[in-house]
Amino acid sequence: MMLDLNTIWFVLVGILFTGYVVLDGFDLGIGALHLLTKTDEERRIMLNSIGPVWDGNEVWLVTGGGALFAAFPMVYATVLSGFYMAIMLLLISLIFRAVAIEFRSKEPMKWWRQMWDISFSIGSILSSFLIGIVLGNIIWGIPLDAEHEFVGTFSSLFHPYALLVGVMAVALFTMHGAIYGVLKTEGGINAKIRGWVNNTIIFFIICYVTTTMATLLYVPHMMEHIRNHPPLFGIALLNMLAIANIPREIHHAREFRAFLSSSASIVAFMALFGLGMFPDMVYSNPNPEFSLTLYTAASSQKTLSIILIFALIGMPLVIAYTVSIYWIFRGKVKLDLTSY
Amino acid sequence: MDVLTLSRLQFAVTIGFHYIFPTLSIGLGLLLVIMEGIYLRTGKSLYHQMTRFWVKVFGLTFVLGVATGIVMEFEFGTNWATYSRYVGDVFGSALAAEGIFAFFLESGFLALLLFGWDKVSPRMHFLSTVCVALGAHFSAIWIVVANSWQQTPAGFHIVGEGITARAEVVDFWQVIFNPSFLDRISHVYIGCWQAGAFLVISISAYYLLKNRHIDFAKASLKIALGLAVVASVLQLVTGHSSAVGISKNQPVKLAAFEGHYEESAPADMYLFGWINEEKEEVSFGIRFPGMLSYILYGDSKRAVTGLRSVSPEDRPPVNITFQAYHFMVLIGFSLIFLSILGSFMFWRGKLVNNKLVLKILVASVLGPQIANQLGWMAAEVGRQPWIVYQLLRTSEGLSRVVHQEQVMVSLILFGVIYSLLFALFIFLLDRKIKHGPLEEEPTVTLHRAG
Repeated sequence: MMLDLNTIWFVLVGILFTGYVVLDGFDLGIGALHLLTKTDEERRIMLNSIGPVWDGNEVWLVTGGGALFAAFPMVYATVLSGFYMAIMLLLISLIFRAVAIEFRSKEPMKWWRQMWDISFSIGSILSSFLIGIVLGNIIWGIPLDAEHEFVGTFSSLFHPYALLVGVMAVALFTMHGAIYGVLKTEGGINAKIRGWVNNTIIFFIICYVTTTMATLLYVPHMMEHIRNHPPLFGIALLNMLAIANIPREIHHAREFRAFLSSSASIVAFMALFGLGMFPDMVYSNPNPEFSLTLYTAASSQKTLSIILIFALIGMPLVIAYTVSIYWIFRGKVKLDLTSY
Repeated sequence: MDVLTLSRLQFAVTIGFHYIFPTLSIGLGLLLVIMEGIYLRTGKSLYHQMTRFWVKVFGLTFVLGVATGIVMEFEFGTNWATYSRYVGDVFGSALAAEGIFAFFLESGFLALLLFGWDKVSPRMHFLSTVCVALGAHFSAIWIVVANSWQQTPAGFHIVGEGITARAEVVDFWQVIFNPSFLDRISHVYIGCWQAGAFLVISISAYYLLKNRHIDFAKASLKIALGLAVVASVLQLVTGHSSAVGISKNQPVKLAAFEGHYEESAPADMYLFGWINEEKEEVSFGIRFPGMLSYILYGDSKRAVTGLRSVSPEDRPPVNITFQAYHFMVLIGFSLIFLSILGSFMFWRGKLVNNKLVLKILVASVLGPQIANQLGWMAAEVGRQPWIVYQLLRTSEGLSRVVHQEQVMVSLILFGVIYSLLFALFIFLLDRKIKHGPLEEEPTVTLHRAG
C-alpha cells in the first residue's frame, strides 16, 4: 500500500470525524442521560460538565465536513444530497442541542427549564441515532447510479442494519457520557451516575455483540482486509479489550482509565470502519462498480497538497488548544456565577 | 415553486438568519478586546464590569452563530451537490481552512472567555479575548475568500466536460486574492464592526434614557461611538472601492445596481427609483445625470457598460438588486451622519439629556443589521443567474437527487425553527438588558503583575 496524498487525506478526514465522535460523543451521552436527573442543581451540573468544551467538540464535525468537501467533494456531494432529510434532521437536532445548553439557565421558570431540558436530551439522542444511521448506511452500502448519484429514498435509509448501528451509536455515546459524568461530578449526583454506568455498559455490550455478528454475517465486504491481513485483527482485538476493560476500571473506581478505555474503543471502531471501507468511501450496493473510492472522489493532487499544508500547520495548534482547555477545566464541576 | 426556487429561498433564509450573529461576534469581539484592554491598563472596576456584561451578550450571539452556522457547512452538499462537485477542489479548501484556522481557535478560547474568569490570570483572560476576536475575524476571511471566488473566479482551470466538468486549482494565491477579495473582506469587516458598535450604542443609549447604569452606559457609549465613527466613514471608502472593482469585474452587476440599461453610454446615479424591467428603464426616481460615470472614472461623459451588453437570460433580477443596493447606501450614509452627530453631542456633554437623539440611537442597532442583509442581497442577487460568475448557472448547481417536497419540508422546518430562535434571542437579549450589568464591589481591582 502506497502512502499517497489520497490515502493521507482518507486518514486525516477519518481522524477529524474520530475526534468528533470521541469528544462530542460524551457530550451527546450526557444529553441522553440528562432527563434521568431530577433536581435543577443536578441538571445544571450535567450541563456544566460539558459547558466549556461542547462547542469546541462540535468544531471537529464542522472541520471534518469542510475537510471532506475539500479533499473528497464527490463524497460530500453524494452523501449529503442522498441523505437529504436525515442530514436536515441531524442539523436541526444539533441546533436544538446547542441553544438548549445556552438558553436553559437564562430564566428561572420551571416550564422554561423543563422545555430546554427536553430539547437538550432529545436533540442529543436524535443526533446520536442519526449519526449511527448515516454510518450504518455507509457500511452497508447505498444504491448509486453510474454518475455516483444516490438512487434510494429517505425510508430506504432505515433498514434493519442501519437501525442497529443507530441504536448502537446511542448506546455507545450514552456509556461514554456516563463515564465522563462520573469523572466530572462529586457527591450525590456522582453516586447516581455511577449507578447508571453498569446499565449503560450492559446495554452497549448487547448492541456491540449484535452489531458485530450482523456485520460478520451480512456485510462481508467490511472484513476483506482483515481476512487477508491477519495482523490487522489486532485492531479488532484492541477494540474488544478496551471494551472489556471499561467495567473493570469502573469496578476499581478508576474513572479516568475507564474513560480512556471507552475513548480507545471508539477510536478502534473508527479504525475498523475506515479499514473496512478502504479504498472505497461510498460503497455502492448493489453495483459495487459505481462506488466512490478515495481516488475517484478526490480533489486534484495540488489541492490535496495545499490542504495538507493547512493540516500540518493547523493540527498541532488544534491539539494544543484542545489539551490546554481540558487541562484548565480539569477536575470536578463547581457551579459559580458564570455557569449555565 | 420548483426545487431551484425553494433551494435558493432556503439558502437565503439560512444564510440571512445566520449572518445576524457572526457580524455581532466579530464587532463585539473587537469591542471586548478594547474594553478588557483598557481594564488591564487602568485596573478600573468599571471596565471589568463592562467587559463581563458585554461578554454575556457576546455569549448569546455566539451560540446562535454556532447553531445556525453548522447548517451552512453542510448545505452546499445537501442542496447544491452539483455545484459542490464542480467547485469542491477550490471552494472546499476555504471551508476546511476556516474550520482548522478559525473555529478551533475561537471555540477553544471562548471557553476561557466565558468561564475562565477565576481559572486564569487577567492577562491570560485578555489573551483569550484577543484569540476569540481573532478567530472570529479569521473565519470571515475564509468564507469571503470562498464567496469572492464565486463572484470573481481566478487561479483555476476547468477539467473535463459536460457533467464531469469541474474547476481545479492552478494558483492557490490567485484563488485567495481573487480580484474582489480585498474590497469585499474590508467591506464585510467594517459592516461587522458597525453591527457590534451600534448594538453597544443602542443598549447604552437605552440605559441613559432610563437613567440607569449611567457611568457604565457612558463609558460603553464612548468606546462604541468611537468605533462607529471610524467604521462608518471607512465603510464609504471600502464601498466606493468595491463599486469600482465591480465595474471592472462584474459590469453587469454594477449596471443592475443603478438600473443602467444602455449597452455603452454615460451612466446616471439615483437617490432612489423604481425599475420597470419589461420596458428596461427606470420608471421614476431622483436622478443625478452622469454621476456613476463621474464616480467611477472622474468623467461624467464616459461610457459605462450596461445591462443590454448581455442577453436577457444573463442578467440578474434588476429591481431587487437596485433596491437592495440603494437602501444599503442610504443606511450607510445615515450611519455616518448619526455616529458623527452622536459623538459630537457626547463630546459636548449634550447627548445624555437629549431624549430624541438617544431614542434614535436606540433604534440605530437595526441600521447595520439591515444594511448588512441588503448588501449581501445586492451582491448575491446581482451575481445571478450565475452561481459561479460566468462559469456555472445557479440552475445547474442543484442537487439532482433532491426533490421539491423534501426542500419544501426542510424550508418550512427552518422557517419555523428560526422564527422561534429569533423570538427567543430577542426575548433573552431584552431580559439581559433589563437586568443590566452586575454591580461590582469597588474593591475588585486588578492585581497588576510586575
